[in-house]
Amino acid sequence: MPLLKVDKLTHYFGGLRSVDNFNLELSENELVGLIGPNGAGKSTVFNLVCGLYRPSEGSITFNGHNLIGRYPHQITSLGIGRTFQNIRLWNELSVIDNLRIAHFSQIDYKLLDSLFFTGRLVRDEQKVTQEAMDLLDKFNLVPYVNELPRNLPYGIQRRVEICRALVMKPSLLLLDEPAAGMNQGEIGELINLVRWVKDEFKVTVWIIEHQMRVIMNICERIQVLDFGSIIAEGTPKEIRDNPLVIKAYLGEEVT
Amino acid sequence: MKRFGMPALIGISFLICIVPSWLGWFSNYIQFIITLIGINIILTVSLNLINGYMGEFSVGHAAFMGVGAYTSSLLTVYLLTENPFFGKAILPEELSILIFPISLLIGGVAAAIFSLLIAIPSFRTRGDYLAIVTLAVNFIFKSSIENIDAIGGPRGFMGMGKVVKAMDNLVSFPWLIFWTFLIVVFSIFIIRNFVNSTMGKSIIAIRDDEIASELMTVNTRWLKIVAFMLSCGLAGMAGGLHAHTVTFINPSSYFILQSTYILVMVYLGGMGSLSGSVISAVLFTILLEMLRPLDVWRWVATPLLLIILMLFRPTGIMGSRELLDVFPKLKKYFSSLQERLTNAFIKS
Repeated sequence: MPLLKVDKLTHYFGGLRSVDNFNLELSENELVGLIGPNGAGKSTVFNLVCGLYRPSEGSITFNGHNLIGRYPHQITSLGIGRTFQNIRLWNELSVIDNLRIAHFSQIDYKLLDSLFFTGRLVRDEQKVTQEAMDLLDKFNLVPYVNELPRNLPYGIQRRVEICRALVMKPSLLLLDEPAAGMNQGEIGELINLVRWVKDEFKVTVWIIEHQMRVIMNICERIQVLDFGSIIAEGTPKEIRDNPLVIKAYLGEEVT
Repeated sequence: MKRFGMPALIGISFLICIVPSWLGWFSNYIQFIITLIGINIILTVSLNLINGYMGEFSVGHAAFMGVGAYTSSLLTVYLLTENPFFGKAILPEELSILIFPISLLIGGVAAAIFSLLIAIPSFRTRGDYLAIVTLAVNFIFKSSIENIDAIGGPRGFMGMGKVVKAMDNLVSFPWLIFWTFLIVVFSIFIIRNFVNSTMGKSIIAIRDDEIASELMTVNTRWLKIVAFMLSCGLAGMAGGLHAHTVTFINPSSYFILQSTYILVMVYLGGMGSLSGSVISAVLFTILLEMLRPLDVWRWVATPLLLIILMLFRPTGIMGSRELLDVFPKLKKYFSSLQERLTNAFIKS
């Protein structure tokens, strides 16, 4: 059974068909890329899967759960972690709080426990802090726990965001342009980081990226999206040689 | 040592507020001011939860206070006193000591239920929507009460003085200050616990980035409604205290002017700062009282002072910092559980 099955997904923004008949099957522990020119609808596909938009047609099944009509927080609690194109950490909360809050769906205590400071709260906060610190430790982020994210270097912020997306113990990780705004050195680190995350946490990674270096290096399979529909699908090598893809990115040769 | 700070602070303020009142060192006027300060602390701290921590904008706090005020005073007056509204007392006066706190609680619950009715439609969207709805709530509350003739309508409602006197006759003790004090401590206690717990801190995450919060599994809609109900419930309890302190209430006591006062105190103290709220509630109440000789000019002098303050300190007295951030040395006595846990893990 595939981990994520997207079937005939279609979505309209007003009269504009932003996603048109999008199909995808992700199996466990895969690394799949989604590329396409600006405005092709890549982020919209992610937002549809996360439940931020409601698709006009089609179905999305994750781990046997139908995702259509669920709230985003319910969908992500099922085990989908995601990062954002422009980093969206909570800048007024410290790094450790960023990670603790992502535990929201895993907190066992009830509202009254949090109001009256019960033993259950103390136990749970201890557990949550422990887990968050362990995760930060794996990402070598412990020196930054009490910092506000906005004061951290860009590359570190990216790491914190990926780290936060792993808090909900996802089996699927959506990375939305993780290399955006990075220099070549940072991109090299990122490539290693994504590979390491995939193996260490046994997640399926679905990645949107413009940096061909990242995509061609790490993806096992690539889909190319243009004007909302898939124009090509295959291994990095097949995609590189596909005339349709070259046309979508560079235009046609004038004869 | 670590758990020692809070009880010590509560004990000291208990000694300062209640013992002199009990021994009769404070005149009735000073006792009245102390009660008023307490009520304003509750209102400010609770509104700070919505406007400061959650980043929504509620301008109808007085209406929720009014719901609590009317509910609890109707209850005590109906049950305990002979009055022109409901006739003879149902229960003996001696029960007033028991009934009074229960009625405050019921007032709070009533305000919370009322706020739920407001919250369900308001939190479907974000932004100015809640501000518009809560502005309307002020009018809904005032007009509804004005049109219920059985509880005095626009003429107002009274009789709470007898209840307070009955308590005092039974056991001579500053009951109003005592209960105000307890509820102030209670409000600060639960709001502090809430905003420090992972669950409650998520409302700061909502203020920062609601979509990111939702995608990081935070049930934003539920949390916003819960925080709103909590805040309005506390305002309801403050309303009950207020009604029994001033002993006469009418619909205009809980109208836009009162809402504005509470807003001013929140912004004066600093958004998202509990200690700031407490400080500003104390200062603002005392300031208003000191300007009383100016009579109507008070409403000119107070805003002027505020404008000056905002010019020089636009974030309010404390900004979003707590007193502990200003005096880090005190942290070892007052730090929250979560901070202690983090630091313990860093050290290990």
